[in-house]
Formats: sequence, structure tokens, C-alpha cells
Amino acid sequence: MAQPQLKRIARKEKLGRAGKKAAPKPVVRLTAHDLAARQREISVSEFFTKNRHLLGFDSPAKALLTTVKEAVDNALDACEEAGILPDLLIEIGEISETRYRVAVQDNGPGIVKAQIPKIFGQLLYGSKFHTLRQARGQQGIGISAAGMYGQLTTGKPIRIISKTGPTKPAHEFEIQIDTKRNQPVPVSDRELGDWHVVDPTTGEKSTVEHGTKVELEIEATYKKGRHSVDGYVEQTAIANPHAKVSYVAPDGERHEYARVAGELPKAPLEIKPHPHGIELGILLKMLHETKARNITSFLHAEFSRVSGPVAEEIVKSAGLPLSMSPPKAAREQAEALYNAIQAAKLMAPQSNVLSPIGDELLIEGLKKQVTADFYAATSRSPAVYRGNPFLIEAALAYGGGQLPADELVTMLRFANRVPLLYQQSACAITKSVVSNTWKNYGIQQARGALPTAPMVLMVHIASVWVPFTSESKEAVASYPEIVKEIKLALQDVGRKLGLYIRRGLREADAEKKASYIEKYIPHIGIALQEILGIDDKRKEKVCATLKDTLERSRKNE
Amino acid sequence: MSESVVPKIKKEAKGVEESILKRKKPSLRFPIRSLANVRYLEKEGYFEIRGRKKERTLTVNTVKTFAQTLRMMALSKTLVETDDIATKREAYYVSKNWDEARFLEQTESDTVMDDVEALFEVNREQLGFVPEEKGGDVAGNLIVIDKDPNTGKAIRIDCTKFGSGAYSIPISVEDLGFETKAKFILVIETAGMFQRLVKHGYWKKANCILVSMGGVPTRACRRFIRRLADVKKIPVYVFVDGDPYGISNIYRTFKVGSGNAAHINEFFCVPQARFLGITPQDIIDYKLPTHPLKEVDVKRAKDALKNDPFFLGPGRARLELRYRRVPTPEDRTPGEIPALRKDFGLVRAYSFTSSHR
Repeated sequence: MAQPQLKRIARKEKLGRAGKKAAPKPVVRLTAHDLAARQREISVSEFFTKNRHLLGFDSPAKALLTTVKEAVDNALDACEEAGILPDLLIEIGEISETRYRVAVQDNGPGIVKAQIPKIFGQLLYGSKFHTLRQARGQQGIGISAAGMYGQLTTGKPIRIISKTGPTKPAHEFEIQIDTKRNQPVPVSDRELGDWHVVDPTTGEKSTVEHGTKVELEIEATYKKGRHSVDGYVEQTAIANPHAKVSYVAPDGERHEYARVAGELPKAPLEIKPHPHGIELGILLKMLHETKARNITSFLHAEFSRVSGPVAEEIVKSAGLPLSMSPPKAAREQAEALYNAIQAAKLMAPQSNVLSPIGDELLIEGLKKQVTADFYAATSRSPAVYRGNPFLIEAALAYGGGQLPADELVTMLRFANRVPLLYQQSACAITKSVVSNTWKNYGIQQARGALPTAPMVLMVHIASVWVPFTSESKEAVASYPEIVKEIKLALQDVGRKLGLYIRRGLREADAEKKASYIEKYIPHIGIALQEILGIDDKRKEKVCATLKDTLERSRKNE
Repeated sequence: MSESVVPKIKKEAKGVEESILKRKKPSLRFPIRSLANVRYLEKEGYFEIRGRKKERTLTVNTVKTFAQTLRMMALSKTLVETDDIATKREAYYVSKNWDEARFLEQTESDTVMDDVEALFEVNREQLGFVPEEKGGDVAGNLIVIDKDPNTGKAIRIDCTKFGSGAYSIPISVEDLGFETKAKFILVIETAGMFQRLVKHGYWKKANCILVSMGGVPTRACRRFIRRLADVKKIPVYVFVDGDPYGISNIYRTFKVGSGNAAHINEFFCVPQARFLGITPQDIIDYKLPTHPLKEVDVKRAKDALKNDPFFLGPGRARLELRYRRVPTPEDRTPGEIPALRKDFGLVRAYSFTSSHR
């Protein structure tokens, strides 16, 4: 906030120099009171208004993608949490070349009326930030940021219709955000009763029993291709085989992605943080906020994998009294406690809390979108980085004539089932693929590059907390444990592919040999006829006999 | 030499056909054409092929080459029966009519042709195939008696009447006749040296026949000089550069034959040839001017000393030609002839003629 002040001083100096070279005017300095008058809280919404690139709204094309992505992430998370197989309808309508209307409708549990304004009109309001559980959204920024972006660029409020059950009335809201106070301002609030919808393509009318529809108008541009909304929706369908997704693109074209898994994925479980994944600052905060009466029960209650005896051991080795009250420890001996925690031998965090896609569904998902000759997938056991359990899955589709043979492989990266479309080269997944030796599996690879093959390669990281390199969640950070697991997964699918390719080469070789026999035996007949003057009948007999002899020897090879 | 190859072709083809009808995989046995499969006959003075053969059995993997070999044999039979000829290149183009069995590169057809030649232990001219390259140039006191290709009438070609040009050795030399009173034949590696000697009228002065090989001598060139020397009983001297290529490739091939034509060396070499030129030892003895030896030359020299039966012969009769040690690039090598012509090369050639016999 001091910046305008400095500017003013600078301007004054400039004026002074430009004027007569008389005695310089004394520089105006501000008192602490003046400054205090200018100092005030910056609202989160205001901050993000100025830094919208941090959230993925840096270009009009990306803004469209991010908006769809945030709405879809929320819809899928909501459906899964409620145990409902997701049915999504994504509509993007072009209002002008730089303005689009985005609508995402789900069949989720709906949102109770009182919560709607906060969820969609207040940044950092959400259910996921305070928990450690595998989910698409994390911070509770996404959809409200999209709403704010729309409000900033078009002035239009975000529109929500939600219904929580067949007997409950549907509500329609239009919400604006007071960016200064980070508060939702409902513009309109209507009870609809029944919620009737019309299919945008068929015109069919139906009634919605429960679900939520979000509608925004934003400034954006629409592009086709892998890095666009089209690619995002397609990849979302691959990673979520249990979802049915209908997508109406701005050009009116409708894409249907059928559900290939009839069951919901295993519900991920929420866990407490593992002590080894914690930082000193967080520990201090937890010590302050805990309801536990002494540090021993604090450790046992707030962390996973800390039993009573283990907690006592930690406290002892930190040289603290067992009955010390946590806030007191925070003030005085937190660092000793922190070091003792790091030194303690603890069980690895629970890993059954994650929800993998699974190798069968990985293949089903790929098959749905990629036509290829060969598919392979692997789903690794969970591992741990910095106290956070995570799990890597990899799948590939190879060959088949539709994939370009002489181009780099197409990479599909997913984090908790969400496609990552940008910053491919900064991502731990890409780095692992590049540093893997694909030649071992009969695939070409230039040094320091992705392999070259008619192949789509998919890698999924599932974790209670996916470490992204930035807030816009585009690239996974390269923790050594993560890179190692990705590589093991890649090697697993790579080996399967290698077997297939070698078998293919053998078959191609056998086929070539068979065609050799067909091609060249007649020439032996012609030559013998020319030299020996035998008749056609005898020539045919020679050819037939020779062919038979060779075919038999080939089979015995 | 002149025995027809057609019965041989028929015999091999018959063998192949019979094997096939007996439900066996037919095979052809080719002599291995390389220096590793020749021995140097000290007394007779040429490379003789040893018995090692490679067997090409008709299998799934060899069916293409096998078919090509048989078709090449059929082409040869047709050429011989119709008294026609085809160059190697023409044979390659004929194969373009063989659909799938056609050759893709001329080197492929050349190899198959060489195999067929060795299979029947004949010269490729007997198969109706002729090389493309020139045989060599001749000037001096010699009359070649050839026949008019159409009338069959004898033609006398006077090799003194070519002025600054030369008589060109034909591809087939078997039926040529010779008249000469020359005292010797001087065979020269380079066309440049040959022209200079022609220009100086050296053949008149020395009463000789000059032949230019233009590098490694063709079979026709070797056969021409062999027949001339045999028929007229005159000595042959070979004048080559004193470097590994001149000695171990050109001179050796001229005198005792090559690995590639191992099966017919007996006829296509000039065992009576004697080396005339600078030996590596001369360079040391006479402190001759030199220039650095190329790596490829060092390799060639080493290879010859290690693998060439001519330089490994039991009698080591050509000891003076052996490198006393393997030269190295630092060693500096014998200059090639043109660089030495004033100081040594010609001097030696001239002094040789005055002291000869």
C-alpha cells in the first residue's frame, strides 16, 4: 500500500528538477499516523481480482477452460460424495466472439438454500480445505473465482439452480460478489418448485429430481484442440469412466461420453495429517487451536499413526513434561517437539484412504476415446511423500493406425481424476516419462524428449494432497518419491508394451516369410522352365511341392 | 576355356528340380571368393582357389536370392545360346522384368552374377556377361590380329599407328593373334605415365610394347598380356607406384590374380611379370623424397602382410617387394611415380632398358 505514496514523492522530485534550480523544496514525509490511515486489510477477493493469472484466468482461452473445469470438478466431487453416479451436461454458448455462456448441470445431491450464496459468492469457502482426503477441489477458490471473473469481465452475476430432492423445491439464485468484503450479494432469489429442463439438442423436456446447475457469462475465446475445453472434457471422461458426460460445444456440436463403469469408485477416506508431513508453523498453529489438554493427548488425537505410547515417547525424547499444555508448548518448546516428531519412528500413513481408477477402468476409459491395437494399464500400491499417501496409475494405448506414428506420444496427465492441460514440461509426470528408457520396449526416443510412437500415455496421481507447482494446479511437483513411483508405473506398462511389440514383430516377420514364399517360388519355377524346358504342368508341380516343403519347414522353425 | 557353360547350367538346374520333387530343400554350393580361400602356387605363380565352399540352401529366408540366382542362370543360358552378350548393367535392367524378383541395386545383381560365375568355375564372359570398363591401352611394336565382327575377315591392327593415342584392349581377347618383334612388354599403372612415355617415343627407343592398366588391371587386360607374353615368349615388366596400393593391389592382382576371381586366376594373371619400380627399401637405401602415408595405406599394407598369401608365400620369392616393416604415417612413404620422374622413376626405367639382357 506504500506504493502510491512513493510515486507521489517521485513526482514531486521530478517537478522540482524541472523547475528553477532554486533551493529544493523539502521532501514531504508522512507520519506514522498518515500511514496508519492508509493501512487496511486487503480482501482475498480483491487480491485475486488483481492476480487472476494465479487461478488460471490469464488468457481468454484459458479462462473458458478454467471456468468449465471448476464447475465440472465441483459437480463430480458432489455426486461422488453423495454416492450418485454422475450425469453431467456441459453447455457452452457463444454470445459473441469474446463472450461465452457456460452452464454445467449435474445430478448431484443439490445444495441447501442457505449455503448457495457462500459457496458461489465467497472465496476460500469450502468443505475441502480443512481435510486431508482425495478430492478434485482443494482450496474452495475455484468456482467463486470463476464467478468473480465473469462479474469482472461481463458484469453478469453467477446463476445457480439447485434442488436437493424430489419433494424439495428448487431454488434459483443470482449472486454477485462484493470483492472488497469477500461477501456474496444475492441479486435475485427465487423458489421454482419443480425444475423443468429442456435438452439443448433434442428439445426433450424433463424434470430434475435433484442436482445443481451453474451458469456464468464470461469474457473468453473458444479454441478447438487438445489444450482446449474439448480436450479437457474428453480427458475427464477418460479418467472418470463412471460418469456420463454430455458436452455441447460452442459450435453446437454435441459430444456424448457414455458411462463405462456401472459403479462408483471406492469412496476416499478422510485422514488426519501424518506427523512427518507437517511443518513447524503448522504444528504451532495446531498446538494453539487444539482442544487437547496435554501435549501427549494432542499428538495422539490430532495426528494419524501416533498411538498413546508413541506420543509419550515423543514427548519424552523432546525433554518435555508429559502433561504440558499444548499452547504452552507452542510458546516455548515447539521446536524441540517438532524435532522429536521428525526423529520418531512412525508407521507410514494409512494408504487405503485413496481411490484409484484401477487398471481395468483405466483401459475402459482409454478405449472409449482412443482407438488402438494394444492397451495396458497398471495401478500401483500407495506410497508416501512428506507424510501424504499417494498412488500412481499409468495406462497406454498403442498402434492401430489412427495414432500418428512419427510424432511424440500424446501425454494425458491427471491428478485426482482431473486432467492437467498446461505446463506439461514442468510436471513431474512428463519428466519421469522423458527420463524413462523407452528403447527397452522397442520404442524410439530422442535424448531428453518424449518417446516417438503411435501412443497415448496416461498417468494419474491420486493423493490426499497433490503437490502442485502453482495455485492454478497445472503441474505436479517433482518429489523424489513421486517421480520414483511414476517411473515404476511407466516401466510396468512399458514392459507389457514391449512384449506386445516384440510379439508383433515376430508375427510380422512370419507374415513376411509367408509372403516371401508366395512371391518368389513362381520365379524358381520360371527359371527352371527356361533352363530345362519343362512343361507348364511339371513347373506347377515343382512350385507346389516346393511351397509345401517350405511351409512345413517354416512351421517347424 | 571355351567349353560351353550351357550343360553345366542345365545340370545344376536339374539337380535343383530333382531335390524339390523329392521334397528336399535344394542347395547350391558356391566356392568362396576371397583371399582367405586361395593359396599361392609358388611354382606356377598364381593364386589357386582352395576347396572352401558356401552352401546356399533354399529356405524361407533365402528363397528370394535363390530365385534370383536361378533366373540369372536362365538369362546366361539364353545369352550363350543366342550368342549374345549383356553388360552387368544390362543384366541388372533385364531383372526389372522379373517383378518381385527384380534387383533393387546393381550391386545385388553383380554379386549374384559373380556367384554364378564361381559356381560354374568359368569366366563371366563365358556366361554372356561382359564388364563395362575398358580393358587397357596399348602402344608400341605390336600388330594385333582381330576379326571383323560381321564378315569374320582378319583385321591387322598396328599399334605403332595410333600416334599420340592408343589401341584399346577389347573385352574378349581369346581369339586375338599377335605379331611382334618387341623385346619386352612394359605395363604401367597410370595413364599419365603411359602418355608421357608415348610422347617421348619410348617404345621406339626401347623396342617394346607399352600397356596402360589405369589402376587395378581388368581381367581382359591381364588375359591380353598373358596371351601375348605366352605366345610371343617375351618378358613382362610392371611399373607401379611404390605405395601399398601399387604393390599389394595392382601388382599382386596383375601377377597372381585376385580373391574375387579366384576360380579363374590360372588364366587371368601374368605370373611371368616382374616388378619394376621403387620398393620401400629403395626409399631407405637411396634416401628418396617422400610424402606422408595415409592411414588407409598403412591399413592396406598391414592387411597385405597379414592376410595376402602372395606376401606370405613359403619361398618369399618376392622378398624385395615386401615391406621390411609396416610403415607408419610418420614414416613417410615412397613418392608416387610422377613426383619422382626426374630424379628416379624414369632414370630407373631408362637404365633398366640399357642394361636389360
